[in-house]
Amino acid sequence: MKTPAPVTEGGRDAVLAKSKRAAIVSKWDYAPAPEAKDLVKIADRYGLFIGGKFVEPLSKQRYTTIDPSSEEPLSEIAQAGKADVAKAVRAARDAYTRRWSTLRPSERAKYLYRIARILQERSREFAVLESRNGGKPIRESRDVDLPLAAAHFFYYAGWADKLEYAFPNRKPRPIGVAGQIIPWNFPLLMLAWKIAPALAAGNTVVLKPAETTPLTALLFCDVLRQAELPPGVVNIVTGDGRTGAELVANADVNKIAFTGSTEVGKAIQRAVAGSGKRLTLELGGKAANIVFDDAPLDQAVEGIVNGIYFNQGHVCCAGSRLFVQESIYDAIIAKLKRRMSTLRVGDPLDKNTDVGAINSKAQLEKIAGLVQSGVDEGAEIYQPPCKLPERGYWFAPTVFTNVAQSYRIAQEEIFGPVLSVLTFRTPDEAVEKANNTPYGLSAGVWTEKGSRILAMAQRLRAGVVWANTYNRFDPASPFGGYKESGFGREGGRHGLEPYLAFDEG
Amino acid sequence: MATAPALPGGFELPLEPRLPRLGSVDAVGLEERAAMLATRSIKRASKVFALDLAIRCMDLTTLEGADTPGKVAALSSKAIRPDPTDPGIPSVAAICVYPNLVPAALERTKGTSVKVASVATAFPSGQAPLDVKLAEVRDVVAMGAHEVDMVIDRGAFLSGRYAQVYDEIVQVKEACAGRAHLKVILETGELGSYDNVRRAALLAIAGGADFIKTSTGKVSTNATLPVALCMLEVIRDVHEETGRVVGLKVAGGIRQAKQAVQYLVQVYETLGPAWLTPDRYRIGASTLLNDILMQLRKERTGRYQNPDYFTID
Amino acid sequence: MTRLAVRKTYKLFIGGAFPRSESGRTIVVEGANVARGSRKDLRDAVRIARQAGVAWSGATAYNRGQVLYRLGEMMEARGAALAAACRGEAEVERAIDRVVWYAGWADKLAQVVGSANAVAGPYFNFTIPEPTGVVGIIAPAAPALLGLVTRVLPAIVGGNTVVVIASEAHPLAAIELAECIATADVPPGVVNIITGLRAELAPVLASHMDVAGLDLCGADGDVAELERLGAENVKRIVRGRPDSQSPYEITAFLELKTVWHPVGL
Repeated sequence: MKTPAPVTEGGRDAVLAKSKRAAIVSKWDYAPAPEAKDLVKIADRYGLFIGGKFVEPLSKQRYTTIDPSSEEPLSEIAQAGKADVAKAVRAARDAYTRRWSTLRPSERAKYLYRIARILQERSREFAVLESRNGGKPIRESRDVDLPLAAAHFFYYAGWADKLEYAFPNRKPRPIGVAGQIIPWNFPLLMLAWKIAPALAAGNTVVLKPAETTPLTALLFCDVLRQAELPPGVVNIVTGDGRTGAELVANADVNKIAFTGSTEVGKAIQRAVAGSGKRLTLELGGKAANIVFDDAPLDQAVEGIVNGIYFNQGHVCCAGSRLFVQESIYDAIIAKLKRRMSTLRVGDPLDKNTDVGAINSKAQLEKIAGLVQSGVDEGAEIYQPPCKLPERGYWFAPTVFTNVAQSYRIAQEEIFGPVLSVLTFRTPDEAVEKANNTPYGLSAGVWTEKGSRILAMAQRLRAGVVWANTYNRFDPASPFGGYKESGFGREGGRHGLEPYLAFDEG
Repeated sequence: MATAPALPGGFELPLEPRLPRLGSVDAVGLEERAAMLATRSIKRASKVFALDLAIRCMDLTTLEGADTPGKVAALSSKAIRPDPTDPGIPSVAAICVYPNLVPAALERTKGTSVKVASVATAFPSGQAPLDVKLAEVRDVVAMGAHEVDMVIDRGAFLSGRYAQVYDEIVQVKEACAGRAHLKVILETGELGSYDNVRRAALLAIAGGADFIKTSTGKVSTNATLPVALCMLEVIRDVHEETGRVVGLKVAGGIRQAKQAVQYLVQVYETLGPAWLTPDRYRIGASTLLNDILMQLRKERTGRYQNPDYFTID
Repeated sequence: MTRLAVRKTYKLFIGGAFPRSESGRTIVVEGANVARGSRKDLRDAVRIARQAGVAWSGATAYNRGQVLYRLGEMMEARGAALAAACRGEAEVERAIDRVVWYAGWADKLAQVVGSANAVAGPYFNFTIPEPTGVVGIIAPAAPALLGLVTRVLPAIVGGNTVVVIASEAHPLAAIELAECIATADVPPGVVNIITGLRAELAPVLASHMDVAGLDLCGADGDVAELERLGAENVKRIVRGRPDSQSPYEITAFLELKTVWHPVGL
């Protein structure tokens, strides 16, 4: 083996000086890593998707949809009126009676499998569009929204020809035309949650995307075209709350499924009163995330952060009330603040962004107003230093300590990146405070003790309980609320039931 | 044993100053966090910074039965000047060798910034009588090694004889006599759970470790991102609780520049920029260096590289 | 000389006791002076039902099943009185059989309704049924006894507690049933029965913010209005049939809770 000659003294000195040079680092700036915008083409204007094609709105009305991170206009969207909605419902009814309800269930399944596959194939394109129109970080739209949306279609595809095993002795049959109204926080995923079980059960659909986030639903129409889904089985009508109200009011709609605020949910429940329409509601929440003193602290902090800063806190099941056992309060708060300082707020299309833009100006104002109320009521606010972009709608991750149960920030759903921290001393106290809300969508429990996990899970009045984790979703897992968080379940076998009628004896 | 700090809480009766509570680790949560950090996209200048840092934090290692002074000489040259065609490339932090090769390594690195680390305490198994292990440590320190990489007695740890593990670390630390830095290898691949990794890390720190180190590189499971994250979190807890600074060395199986960047991202987002220094972070590796050099040259030239253009030492 | 019969006073059934209406008012129905329950009687009944729900929903399913079977035993023993208050023996027999049928569901529901869910990740995930809370029931006008049993049993077997507005035309069967309930081991407050004027009471029940579910079986022209009132706290509202028997009558007032936990070493 050849021995190389030693380097010269001069060389050594130079090397030595060089290694000392960079000994202290104050910051490691990650270079921008934006996903390419040109992955997806956005049309200048969109019509309504009725009967398998885009048509001009009879209302002749349009509005502009924007990129909330820059306020840049993206496209002109149709505002569907009463006649447009009626036209869409007729198309759905026609497709239901002539085609979809008579199709062999195994054929229905194959259409849904096709949709799932196409979504997987085009997932990056959808992810970019979702982030542009909604403001959410590309990491989340890429790693959460899109895989889950495709998985929902895949999951329910398999149910289409197995319904009698899901509901033995009940002779399941489809209901007819489902009117579905979805929110802006997970636009495509909520579309999948709605459309997949509805079609699997044999219904046809008129879906209204949220006013601010119509674009992925409109791109989804192209997926339907590629899948060769029969015309009219899925119809997409865009517009604001007025369009939704027309859909709810339409007499030929057999079932309404709504995800959104509790306030609107109640209005819909009132509107369908006496009509005999089937109804499911997935509404707001003010979830308690409860950390006991024996919890795995670093993972609990991750769960807290994921619970409230995931998707800018625009999550109905967000863990917006943190209950910390007093004996570990200081440690948790220190860890939480430290962790918050590493959150990267900014360009939703940057692959390293953790917290993106607030979805709309109206939502930003609502968040700002509630945060101001927290300050005014005497809670202590902390926001990590972070430079927010000048254009667009932004709100820094925020935590409030010294919060009393009576403060508005501990009672009202903020739907933003704002956490309220409260304390407790005993498990009983934690349960009592956690349940002390009109909502009941979700809850979190962090403890190493198995028996305590089960006891807490049993006593918390919430439709989803995450123990030693938070904000996990899966098509096989039923999701939905107790109390004013709504009724009916989405996901799993239970998620089929709202889309079926039964001829049991 | 005068310098040994108190035992970690949860093992024995609490003493002042307390170390962080023993606590526990949720495996799924830890692995998810590690996986999320691994998605960071590090490009351009930030990538060059990371690769440059990875070299400066590297313990260039040869731990083979076939090692010779010639092999160590070649390694030393590579350590001092990793890429003779590019004077902008820094030296690595240290070379890491078996005790017998410490003199050769010292001679070849004399006058440079490159330190010499020696494994000791019956590396890699640790299965030798204590006096033999201590004699070995005293020998390498006497030879002039700057750093000692010891292994813990996993047999004792797994059978619950924590005090024995602790005492051994304390005595090795004494044998270092303030002249050599002590890295304590936990051999996490043999510990069975992240809870045990956390325990062993606290035990090593309590016993006086300057660095805690994941692996020997001699078992099937070496450093992994979640294990490293688990150990970083222990180091963070110790620092928050006591102000004491402890370093981390990841070792075994880190062969690609991309992995090195992922490990550095973990450090940066867990402990902050203060740990982005060879005084507090090391990467034990052998073939990693050339992959980093290839990546750096690609960043400089814009061309993807061919390994034949980089020396194998 | 024939003996003069001792007549029964028909009162409300709240919290296991038989109070008169706090209003002091009565109505004459089926030849008897029947208590005319008031808004405040309903309010008290809901409060008591909520309290009773803690223990009832916390009882083991086996225990609930036994208690409801015991109700069947009590009805069997009081068959003659029950028969006199409804269409007769045949209705009583069907009602008793229905009670026993539902009693048997208590400890089988979770297996039929719940599930273990195969999620795509290292998590154990399961779904279990839980009671929704206080259920308000507007009992069907007829069949007086069987209709009541048909609506009440599925609601309570799953762990809910109920406040029932008895049939306005045939309230006596409800009070006879209450006497069976009171002498079975049904904990006080699990079933509460208010007699009186349906039109006066139903809106109070439908709008009560502590009533979680509403069964409008006996509602007539006022269904839409009652549903609208029920929306204020997002009530689970069904319009049950007066004569049906199905486990899905039980699930109508059950919540589904899904629990996640990581699986890791």
